[in-house]
Amino acid sequence: MRYSAWTLFKEGISGNRGWKPMWREPDPKSEYDIVVVGAGHGMATGYYLAKEFGCRSVAVLEKGWLGSGNIGRNTTIVRSNYMLPENQPFYELSLKLWEGLEQALNFNVMVSQRGIINLCHSDPQRDAFARRGNAMRLSGADAELLDRDGVRRLCPFLNFENARFPITGGLWQKRGGTVRHDAVAWGYARAADDLGVDLVQNCEVTGFLISNGTCTGVETTRGTIKAKKVGVAVAGSSGRVMARAGMRLPIESHVLQAFVSEGLKPVLPGVLTFGAGHFYVSQSDKGGLVFGGDIDGYNSYAQRGNLPTVEDVCEGGMALMPMIGRARLLRIWGGLVDMSMDGSPFIDKTHIEGLYFNGGWNYGGFKATPASGYCFAHLIARDAPHPFAAGMRLDRFRRGAAIDEKGVGAQPNLH
Amino acid sequence: MIIDHPLLGPRDAAEFVCLGDASLIERPDGRADDALEKFYQYQFIRDNPDGVHRELWFHEYGDRSWLVVTRNTLTHEIYNVELAREVAREMGRGR
Repeated sequence: MRYSAWTLFKEGISGNRGWKPMWREPDPKSEYDIVVVGAGHGMATGYYLAKEFGCRSVAVLEKGWLGSGNIGRNTTIVRSNYMLPENQPFYELSLKLWEGLEQALNFNVMVSQRGIINLCHSDPQRDAFARRGNAMRLSGADAELLDRDGVRRLCPFLNFENARFPITGGLWQKRGGTVRHDAVAWGYARAADDLGVDLVQNCEVTGFLISNGTCTGVETTRGTIKAKKVGVAVAGSSGRVMARAGMRLPIESHVLQAFVSEGLKPVLPGVLTFGAGHFYVSQSDKGGLVFGGDIDGYNSYAQRGNLPTVEDVCEGGMALMPMIGRARLLRIWGGLVDMSMDGSPFIDKTHIEGLYFNGGWNYGGFKATPASGYCFAHLIARDAPHPFAAGMRLDRFRRGAAIDEKGVGAQPNLH
Repeated sequence: MIIDHPLLGPRDAAEFVCLGDASLIERPDGRADDALEKFYQYQFIRDNPDGVHRELWFHEYGDRSWLVVTRNTLTHEIYNVELAREVAREMGRGR
């Protein structure tokens, strides 16, 4: 069923009796050409495998229900404001895919290019942002350096007179913004299902079938599924899933907390990030301020964090915009993030033939969903990395080719 | 989380920073033939278990001692706290 204004109108006057489930609920077959584990980036991978690379026998396995993992637990920000040549073209590809995603999927994922402003608080930081903005523009992205008055025009409510961290300007990417995260999962699932991809929910992978260095399928809670190729895209849980294939990774799992305030009138022009602490905030269409900050800083698979981090994040918010002091928090939740040794992700083959790995997204996985799915599908279907993801190799630390945007080294809780 | 410091008693985890896996104590021999591979594994590769995890915590806002904390990454429950220097000495290190 194709969605359009006409179908909406037709269903509206006929009692909404014609709507159908958006995807099938198939039982897993015993064999597929390609099995993708994880229905976040994995759902996008399944869609692009079928749509762009003509793969017809594809299953996407999800441990819980669709949207129960990180695809439904993030702060929904999309942007392409990276600097290094291994990252920036990739994220710009992602932003371009976001811009055309609703038409491609025939689904309203609520892409809202309301802009993102990274605030700077000192002259050296402004110089660094100028450099980053130039790198962004070289990749074809948009970037605009704002001076103090430029920021004041857009966000008059910020604490410009903060004695310790005065706002000196900002780097503005107008094409950045937010996307409705659940709708992304649903849109990809519906479009992939249309193309014959089996989405199998409540199906946890408990082991891999590996013989003579070749992966021939997966053991799951819903039976054994054979496959010629297996792709794993379970960022957050990469460590424990890949351990079942006997692999150790340059990744630690950490917990990142996110927050939503009660609904407020529209106050924020777009996404804002505090450059002195770590605080980023946007406003949802329902009015709630959606914000987050640092990870808790210790290994965790608990999907919940501790209170000192809550206090730290809220202090960052108060330093940036004291007007939110009276807003009450509505919800707090924690998501698992793969923190890699250089803050950059992996899309690569493993040393096991037929087993492919996608993970290490740190806390920037959501914005990468389309490009991650596209490049992972490219890798699985063609056995060759997509040019924009060619640097995201698992062996890059052995080769001394780390992609360290922040330059803090192999200290995952600092990225 | 409350970390039961062996010298100072129960302290709020907010006073500490976490460095990561306690295997970072076991620094490889830089003069060994396979030092390059050993240091690559030591520096970049982690076990990352879901369950019991031994890790290094630094009492930054306290007595600045290094601790080995045995903690569950699924529940955040802390089972055991030792001074890192005693753990290192038990492994035969001089300090």
